[in-house]
Formats: sequence, C-alpha cells, structure tokens
Amino acid sequence: MSDVLDRPGLAGTAAAAGTPLVRLSDLHVKFVTRDRTVHAVNGVDMRLDAGEVLCILGESGSGKSVTLRALMRLLPKTARVTGGIEVGGRDVQAMDEGTLADFRGGDVAMIFQEPMTALDPVFTIGRQIAETVQRHERASRAAGMARALELLELVQIPSAKRRLDAYPHELSGGLRQRAMIAVALACRPKLLLADEPTTALDATVQIQVLLLLRRLQEQMGMGVVFVTHDLGVAGEIADRVAVMYAGKVVEEGPVDAMMRAPLHPYPKGLLGATVHAGMRGRRLTTIPGAPPALETLPKGCAFAPRCPEAEPACLEAVPALRGPVPGRLARCIKVPGAAS
Amino acid sequence: MSSIDQDRGGPAQPLLGLRGLKKHFPIRGGMFGGAVATVRAVDGIDFTVRKGETLGIVGESGCGKSTTARLLMRLLALDAGEMLFDGEPVGVNDQAGGIGLKEYRRQVQMVFQDSYASLNPRLPIEDSIAFAPKVHGVPAKEAAERARDLLAAVGLSPAQFARRYPHELSGGQRQRVNIARALALQPRLVILDEPVSALDKSVEAQVLNLLMDLKEKFGLTYVFISHDLNVVQYISDRVLVMYLGIAAEQGPVDAIYDRPAHPYTQALLASRPAMDPGKRRMEPPLTGDPPNPVNPPSGCRFRTRCPFAEAVCAERVPLSADLGGGHEAACHMAVPGSGHSGAGRLAA
Repeated sequence: MSDVLDRPGLAGTAAAAGTPLVRLSDLHVKFVTRDRTVHAVNGVDMRLDAGEVLCILGESGSGKSVTLRALMRLLPKTARVTGGIEVGGRDVQAMDEGTLADFRGGDVAMIFQEPMTALDPVFTIGRQIAETVQRHERASRAAGMARALELLELVQIPSAKRRLDAYPHELSGGLRQRAMIAVALACRPKLLLADEPTTALDATVQIQVLLLLRRLQEQMGMGVVFVTHDLGVAGEIADRVAVMYAGKVVEEGPVDAMMRAPLHPYPKGLLGATVHAGMRGRRLTTIPGAPPALETLPKGCAFAPRCPEAEPACLEAVPALRGPVPGRLARCIKVPGAAS
Repeated sequence: MSSIDQDRGGPAQPLLGLRGLKKHFPIRGGMFGGAVATVRAVDGIDFTVRKGETLGIVGESGCGKSTTARLLMRLLALDAGEMLFDGEPVGVNDQAGGIGLKEYRRQVQMVFQDSYASLNPRLPIEDSIAFAPKVHGVPAKEAAERARDLLAAVGLSPAQFARRYPHELSGGQRQRVNIARALALQPRLVILDEPVSALDKSVEAQVLNLLMDLKEKFGLTYVFISHDLNVVQYISDRVLVMYLGIAAEQGPVDAIYDRPAHPYTQALLASRPAMDPGKRRMEPPLTGDPPNPVNPPSGCRFRTRCPFAEAVCAERVPLSADLGGGHEAACHMAVPGSGHSGAGRLAA
C-alpha cells in the first residue's frame, strides 16, 4: 500500500513550483448543431493548486460538467472550445492524440456518477485496473495485478483478493463506486476530476465514499475538481467552491465563508432553498422562475430576471467579478470592492 | 357522489390503516422457469395514516418504500395484509361493506418521481389532467374547466400552458402538472413517491411550498416517500423508517429526529452532510451497503451492519416496542428483558 502512496509524480511532467495545477482562462464552450447553438460555458477563469479540492457547484445546465470535461478534452465533436486550458503547465488544447492518451489516466483521471457505465462489463475489476497500469507504466501483467490488489485495499473493498476476479455487475453500488475510484487512482494522477460521484448513492454509502475520497486526496496529495449540485456534499469535501450559473462563475471562495455568508444573490437563494434541519414549519425561500435557455446569451447578468435585488443596471452589461475580501470573488454589482 | 367522499369515522379514525402488508417478488429461473428465490420487498409492515397528516417514509434503495407506495395505490396486488380506508376494507366488493378498487383509486392518487414518464407525450397537459375525471363520468366541458382551475392552482397560467405538450415544459413545471393531475379526482389521500428528487434545489423548494399550500387548500392527506432525510423532516408530521422491507422505527417527526431509538435511524441521520465545513464527519456511521433483500439476515435484518449487534439479534426478530407518544422501534434494545445487554435503556 505504501508503494502506491509514496511514488513521486511522473517524470517530465512535474510543474515548476508556483505554477497552478489547473489554469482555465476565459474558457468558452458552445455546442453547435444544425438546428441551434447552445452556449454552455461563457468565460470561465479558474485555478487549482496542487493538493487542493475545488467544488464546482451548480444546477443542471449551469455548465459545471462541461467545464470538467473540457479539462480532459472529453467533449463531443459538436463542441467548440476556446480559451486556455492548462494542466500542470501543459496546454491541453495543443496535445496530439498520443500525448492525450498518456495524459488521460496517467496525469489526470476522472470518476463518474454511474460506475456501471464507466466500468467495462466484460472484464473483471482486477483486469481493468491492471490494464491501466500496464498501459501507462509498461508494467508486466503480474505487476499490474499486484497493484490492482493494493488499490482495492486502498479503497477499502472488503475481501479485496476475491473481488479482483469479480465483474462489475457482481458488486453492490457502493463497492462499484470504490472500484471505479481504484481504476482512476491506478497511476496516481496528480489531478482527479469527479463528476457527481456520490449523487446516485444512498445516504449511508455516500458519506463513506466522501470520507474515502477526502482521505485518499490527503494521502496522495492530489488536486481534485469535484462537480456537485449538493451544497451539503460540497461542505464535506471542498476547500474552495466555485458556484456556476448559466455558464459563468458567479461566486468563488473558501467553502466555510461561502456556506456561512454567500455574497452573490444566487448562492444566497440556493442556501435558502436547500432544506436542512430546523426549517420545519417555515416557508422555504425560493428562487422564482428557472435558469435561462443558453441559445442566446443575455446582455447583462444572467441571474437578473430571477434576482430579488436586480436593478436596471444589471441588465446593461455582464458584471465583472469583484473581490470584497481577499480570496473571495462575486459577479454582482451590489457586492462592494473593486472589479478585478 | 358516494358517501365515501365525506369523512365518515371522524377525525380520530385513521384515513388508511395497514396491517401485515406483504409483497414478495419471485425470481424465476432454472430449467422449468420456477421461482428460484424470492425478493422480500415488503415483509410485514403495519402503519396508519391519520386524517390530515403527512406521513413521511424514508429508507435507502431496496428498502421497499416504492413497493409500499405501489401497494398503497393497489398498482400491485397484496400478497398478504389488510387495508382499511376510513374504516372500510379496500378491494372487496361493495355488498360486503368495503370499497371497490375503482372507487378507492378515486380517493387515493399518486405522483411519481419521473415527471416525464408519467404524462402522455401525445396529449396536451390540459387533456391529461381532464382524462381521469372523464373516465369517472364527469362531463367533458366540466372536466376541462376543472383542469384549467387546477393548472392555475399549481401556479401554471392556463392561458399560457393548457395546450402545451409535456416536452415543452421544464422538469419543475411537469411535476406541477402531475400534481394537478393527481388532484383532478378530488382525492383525499395523495401518495407522493420521490416527487422532488429529480428537481434542482431551487425548483425543489418551489414544489415543496406548493405541496404545503395545496394540502391546506384542499384538506389533503399525504404519504411522502423520499430518500432525502431533510426534506422528509421538513414536510412530515410522522415518519416511518424502513429497512429491507420492514419498519425499523416510526413515530412523530420530532421524536424520530431528536431521539432516534433504532441504531439504523441513528446512523441514517448521522450520515447527513453537516452543512458546516467546521463540523465535518470523521468516521462514517455505517460501513458497507444494505444487504440484498433476496436473503435478508436472520433475526434483526439490520444486525449485519449494527454496531450493537449481539447473539439475540441473530436468533429472534425484534418486535416493535412502544416508546410512548406513538413512537415505536423494532430493536431488542428497546425491549426490556429481550436478552440484549443494552435492553430497556430506551424504554419509556
């Protein structure tokens, strides 16, 4: 097990000190089909340091999963991606197919909401992990299987030796999720991308997987970008949170400050609308209406039509990100502080 | 309309009483296609739904909560058990003094999780809502009028929405249509099976507020099924916690959430995210997944994951112990003299 944890970063890809692990600059993604164009991501800047956990929080259609997939160039052909995507100081957009194949699974790995579609149903769990190790590290099959066993123990799968020979359908939901995490960690990625990995799990299993991910992240010093729609999940795992709405980051900051007192009206509304203990008998505050369709971009703030604090100026131009306190940013003209 | 429309037994008589509710599903296989195993989806539960209350049913996947919903609606036939609706046995013929299924289903309606699959894609929503009243003999014109009134009641302007098709609506709007459709027969009991689970948080709050308003406006009784403990706490008056086809614990919402007696309920509540990064959980309250309901553990079904399990838990099935105030838990620790070392600690 120690071998898995102690291994240094891949030679030749180690970034110089001070370079962020992930840097997105002015990322735009639109999906162009014959009938229509959808502007899914509209100018996202983001940075993640090594060993940091960033949660991208947003509702369906906010562009959070598209942003995540762009980091690994997993978007379909209809996607038009512009802007800078750097991981470990390397330009992801410029990679050729061969480089990209080494990059995916080696430096960056991803886990998904539905492990049944991420795992191959016709190979055993052990083979799938070993294959990754063989492919990326040119290890022998035996060495690959040995690593597979270590990894299953690392993700706390009981009777790991026996489970090496299990097919995905033979495992319960929680074990399958752990097996998928084991595949993702096979080559000790520096960056783990997680797309709602606990959303489909039951409450008692969700907390197990969250705690496991947090522990593995600390032990392996990985950077993690974790996409979720659940404020509670973000509270359990994030260091920093970026809230997305209509393809833009509307607020960003440390998780505790964000959850205690959000700056932007959208996360404020979201916090009020999330049912938690002690709200019984009180009427829930809601955000009226629904998120905008992203076929045409609004000229001003995309949240303004649903915002209780909106004024005419909000519709004039897209508000800039403002930083009222160091480390926190919000895209709202009502937030004090200089536009950055 | 028939007399069952009105309250009969008075407010003290439960609207729905269930005893020994059971549903097993055979798994077929083998050479002759015989039953090789049985899924004990619902394995003997008792509960009542009081008039005007919201009963929340919580549990993890596979605990039988959705099967329970379908049994309540009689979309599945009972294997065993007794159902009384306002004192009348359900599903027996009228001469024997019971309620026929057609009449029962007019009184009890259901809203499903998947808002799209539960609407006919080829019907404008107005016609979907008016469909059931027409089947039950309401003249077409009156049914259409009722549909438009209901659309207004669920917050969708009839002028704007009545002629739309389901695919032209958002998820939240479609769920409003499903609620309107469930109310079209003026039922007394509405079964809500994960009605907000597929919705975004901001829309979920809108729908929860709407459900509370409609309950008051139409004097409804709800059975609210969900895996979301916070939502159940918010909306319910009483709560039933299910585990592997049985009732682990039931009682008033405050008793369940403030003084959970069953170790499963305690673990379930402790698994909720803290909503405070300063108070993160360090150890998971439970390990492993819920076992397969095909071969549930002997004795207490929770014993394989229970931190307090002892020999007695494998030997005997715990009976529901009364903890006072309608709070019951099926755990040997709640029964004095059960043979468990912690027995009686919880007794009232």
